[in-house]
Amino acid sequence: MKILMFGWELPPFNSGGLGVACHGLTKALAKENICVRFVLPKRIGNYDNFLNILFGDDFTSSPSATKWILALLNPYIPPLEYEAIRLEHGLEKLFGPTLFDEVGNYAIKAHTIAKAEPHNIIHAHDWLSFLAGIEAKRVSGNPLVVHVHATEFDRTGGSCVNQTVYEIERKGVQAADAVIAVSKLTKDTLTQHYGVAPDKISVIYNSVDHEEHEAPIKDLALAKAKLNGYGIVLFAGRLTLQKGPDYFLRAAQKVLEHNEKVLFLIAGNGDMEVQILETAIRLGIIDKIFFTGFLRGDELKQLYRAADVFVMPSVSEPFGITVLESLVNGTPVLISKRSGVSEVIHHALKVDFWDIDDTADKIIAALKHPPLRQCLREYGKQEVYQYSWYDAAKHCLQLYSKLLKTAPAY
Amino acid sequence: MPSICFYFQVHQPLRIKRYRIFNVGKDHEYFNESQPNNLNNRHILEKVARKSYLPTNALLLELLKTHPEFKISFSLSGVLLEQIEQHAPEVLHSFQELAATGRVEFLAETYYHSLSFLYSSDEFVSQVSLHHAKIKKLFCQSPKVFRNTELIYNNALAHTVEQMGYIGILAEGADHILEWRSPNFLYKPAGTKKIKLLLKNYKLSDDIAFRFSCHDWSEFPLTAPKFAQWVSALNGNAEVVNIFMDYETFGEHQWVETGIFDFLRHLPGEILKHPDNNFVTPSEAASRYNPTAVLDMAHFVSWADTERDLSAWLSNPMQNEAARQLFAMEPQILATENPLLVADWRKLQTSDHFYYMCTKWFADGDVHKYFNPYESPYDAFISFMNVLLDIKLRQEDCIKNKSNALFQ
Repeated sequence: MKILMFGWELPPFNSGGLGVACHGLTKALAKENICVRFVLPKRIGNYDNFLNILFGDDFTSSPSATKWILALLNPYIPPLEYEAIRLEHGLEKLFGPTLFDEVGNYAIKAHTIAKAEPHNIIHAHDWLSFLAGIEAKRVSGNPLVVHVHATEFDRTGGSCVNQTVYEIERKGVQAADAVIAVSKLTKDTLTQHYGVAPDKISVIYNSVDHEEHEAPIKDLALAKAKLNGYGIVLFAGRLTLQKGPDYFLRAAQKVLEHNEKVLFLIAGNGDMEVQILETAIRLGIIDKIFFTGFLRGDELKQLYRAADVFVMPSVSEPFGITVLESLVNGTPVLISKRSGVSEVIHHALKVDFWDIDDTADKIIAALKHPPLRQCLREYGKQEVYQYSWYDAAKHCLQLYSKLLKTAPAY
Repeated sequence: MPSICFYFQVHQPLRIKRYRIFNVGKDHEYFNESQPNNLNNRHILEKVARKSYLPTNALLLELLKTHPEFKISFSLSGVLLEQIEQHAPEVLHSFQELAATGRVEFLAETYYHSLSFLYSSDEFVSQVSLHHAKIKKLFCQSPKVFRNTELIYNNALAHTVEQMGYIGILAEGADHILEWRSPNFLYKPAGTKKIKLLLKNYKLSDDIAFRFSCHDWSEFPLTAPKFAQWVSALNGNAEVVNIFMDYETFGEHQWVETGIFDFLRHLPGEILKHPDNNFVTPSEAASRYNPTAVLDMAHFVSWADTERDLSAWLSNPMQNEAARQLFAMEPQILATENPLLVADWRKLQTSDHFYYMCTKWFADGDVHKYFNPYESPYDAFISFMNVLLDIKLRQEDCIKNKSNALFQ
């Protein structure tokens, strides 16, 4: 079985969970000896060696390979902002004039790739690669699986849905022979807003690379602050409406009114960065809020391990891999009930994202009661280990086999 | 000639409302949830009264009138009695009507349905006395037989209870204790002189309480003649068959639609069809029969879960910490001599609060989840600990006021 997989980003050049999920799933499929041709839009010159190192570890011993076509882009930038960033960074030469042009170009290249690369199944991740997936299916006639990691409704919180993005998403899920949703929550969105029949959608949960996060790290961030009795609360995610950083900040203010020896770390960047910074200043808590910017690897692991509690107050979170990462790193989690990960992790503090009082109360309790943290940490971690990327890969394989049996032979 | 001994546990805890850290120091009404949700004690009491207590009491009264040989016993917790006095006086009245038949026995227990025996024997004795007085006042009866919270039992408990003058005590007929022995005889607890031990026949009890409406059960449907036949079959090999269960089995755990009331309606008549069968109350059983052997139960046994141990209430670090902090406050709380504060502190000792913090099987969504009004064991723990902090602050205030008064 040969899988032609269209993605948009892979670590270490990822901007969020999409790349992490693609990486984890592909690696697990490769270990099952499934040949995955992972296609990315573009290889940018300097990335070459560095990437070879990473993919040497992960893929060279396996039948999978990565194919670079077009621009590596941040899949989370709203199309309007894309233009501003492109100009600001002088990227005109590397990237097309608009994000939609990139998406279109990717589909054009997909046409060539689908002709050249033998495959049985096409698997496309999120809207940026849906057109490529559809085009490949048009060329080869092989079954198309679209994998929905997030919808436009999640990214925008349901308001100001970009009609073009929505159309591409809708086209993708309609054209697909099967749809994978990363949670029941996402499945519900797809049936309600995209008119997909429920039995066409399989829920395949994301996982986490347990070994990667178990590896020891050299330093522990903020060891001195911890020694001096400061509680540490971590937010890690893009600073966008979807992730609820503003709710985090308001909860932080409430917590600080009650206990001033608490530090709040914000790891991530995004369109709300300035707004969040200004709010922290206005609320008079900027001395307790620390912006680390976007982190990955050992640096992020250091923060997971330093924190007493990890908070994910998302307005709408299709899954939430960071929650699993935090638990594997031994840090209890407080999560939005409106998240896919809430379907698989029971041993978590759960809140309605808008309920600031409840969030603050639970943060205070987690900082105050070591037995509470101990239970959340131990039992939560056990739950994370009950499910791996291999289970997810097996679900995908079952789906592929089913499609190949029912698909007409070409 | 098996004597059948029915005993029903009647209890509703005072559930703590969603009590946040921001309530501490301002709000001392821990148990007065006003929204009609799973934490609204009054709402739940009224529902259970309507579905279970009132119809079952009415049916039992009818059965007691029809069958002069029929007898039953209850253990009503003090926290339940307070609630029905306040919010459902008709339920109290119906229990009093049952008591007036003279064939209904009320057992002794801790007033607050508490875990106090595990932490403080002084507190335990105080709560049993409070309960004793309450039963005497409401039902003009002095309990003679003791039943501890959730049938939590060991040798030491039997010894303490004997010292307090009780003639009998109830426990779970757990397999790992009984081994080859039968629960259908009385036993003598190790280390006691004359108190008698009645053991729950968990198989027959659970056939009604848990399996009655279970379609997967090979004996489904359970009928009164069939059950009576099982009891009669023990003839010659049993003295007392102890059928113990939650009273809410009737109408609440087993809904009216399952036919549980029809089953109950026909049960006494069917059992009495066999001339060798009869009914006893626990104190009658203790007076009539002699112990068949000494039973040594050094470790705690309860009627909860398959483990039949304390793990439903005290197995994870949250439960242990909450209980430790609660009972550590005993001398300070009692020193205030503030009846309201002491009562609130004791209401926190009710076993249910700790049950709600149980993480065993939480992720599997089993019976614990069914009986848990909180969204998670963590929510239960957080509200409990916040209330505990408020109690502590009230205690400190009381002591401060006391010493101020002394100096004035």
